[in-house]
Amino acid sequence: MHELAITKSMLDLVLEQAEKVEAKEVGKINLVIGEMTGVVDECVQFYFGFLSKGTLAEGAALSFTMVPTMARCRVCDKPFELKEFDWTCPYCQGNNMEIIAGKELFVESIEVE
Amino acid sequence: MEIKVVKDILGANEQIAERNRHLLDSKNVFAVNLMSSPGAGKTSLILETIKRLKQEIKIGVIEGDVSSSLDAEVIGKEGIPVIQINTGGECHLDANMTYRALDNMPLQDIELLLIENVGNLICTAEFALGEHKKILISSTPEGDDKPFKYPLMFHTVDAILINKTDLLPYLRFDTDAYSRAVKGINEKVEIFQISCATGQGIQEWVSWLLTQMNRRYGGR
Ligand SMILES: Nc1nc2c(ncn2[C@@H]2O[C@H](COP(=O)(O)OP(=O)(O)OP(=O)(O)O)[C@@H](O)[C@H]2O)c(=O)[nH]1
Ligand SMILES: [Mg+2]
Ligand SMILES: [Zn+2]
Repeated sequence: MHELAITKSMLDLVLEQAEKVEAKEVGKINLVIGEMTGVVDECVQFYFGFLSKGTLAEGAALSFTMVPTMARCRVCDKPFELKEFDWTCPYCQGNNMEIIAGKELFVESIEVE
Repeated sequence: MEIKVVKDILGANEQIAERNRHLLDSKNVFAVNLMSSPGAGKTSLILETIKRLKQEIKIGVIEGDVSSSLDAEVIGKEGIPVIQINTGGECHLDANMTYRALDNMPLQDIELLLIENVGNLICTAEFALGEHKKILISSTPEGDDKPFKYPLMFHTVDAILINKTDLLPYLRFDTDAYSRAVKGINEKVEIFQISCATGQGIQEWVSWLLTQMNRRYGGR
């Protein structure tokens, strides 16, 4: 649902960067999206299709790197992937952890002509 | 040619939110962003909070809604400044909408600003408004599995109000397991058990809120 607003912001950011280098066209956009954001790549793709019409980024390919949610146990210090319905450390069963990945939502790079 | 960007997609919103916070700080207004699923009790909590605090401090309210103005009308009856934001279909408030509301608020006459976000547990978690504290109202009929389904929200907030505790006898809701799970991914979160129907726990919430305000701006 929030993909519309996110895609708009993403496109603004991309166009700003492309204009800075006086690009004629954006061929590809490399995005990094953490699992915790709940952002659905297909929705971004869908909104991008119509939002980008008539801009430098029209027709650009979107590449998504999805990042799983990772935590680090505050008891034994080991990192692990946070499972959907079990928030305990698989090594020591501790349940106090720091989230170390999964909140990403950024444009990594763009490929321009 | 590949150009490295490495910039947050919501960076522009963050910047506006930062500006909002500066504006609020310059007027000594403490702002809280109230988030929840539809119907968890945001408006009820605002009314309860107003009831306990309106003799003591000056309160203002921003009501975010997709289209209606029902909640704003209810609050308006309390004789408190209310600004309604219709998001026009968006499922969350953002910093820009908040800015426009702040611009129309008599900020010099407000000490505590309560912002009712749109009922939604996914989108609202992503968009900073410029608030000082993010509060989640999580009501017992929604079930005790919500943290697992919306981890970002539960990880992000400063306090969680478990509302509708008066209904606990009729539900399967394990408050201890729920609190343990939430504390696991959000060590510093404050958890209050409240009922807007009976008033249980509201005093604790209100005291906490006042403490946070005083910590920010010093005792008045
Ligand atoms: N039993 C019980 N009902 C409550 C409690 N708090 C709120 N309600 C009821 O829950 C319903 C929804 O409350 P609201 O305060 O309107 O919830 P909201 O989050 O503002 O709803 P939206 O703005 O529509 O998302 C109303 O019928 C309230 O009377 C509570 O503590 N116990
Ligand atoms: Mg409401
Ligand atoms: Zn461990």
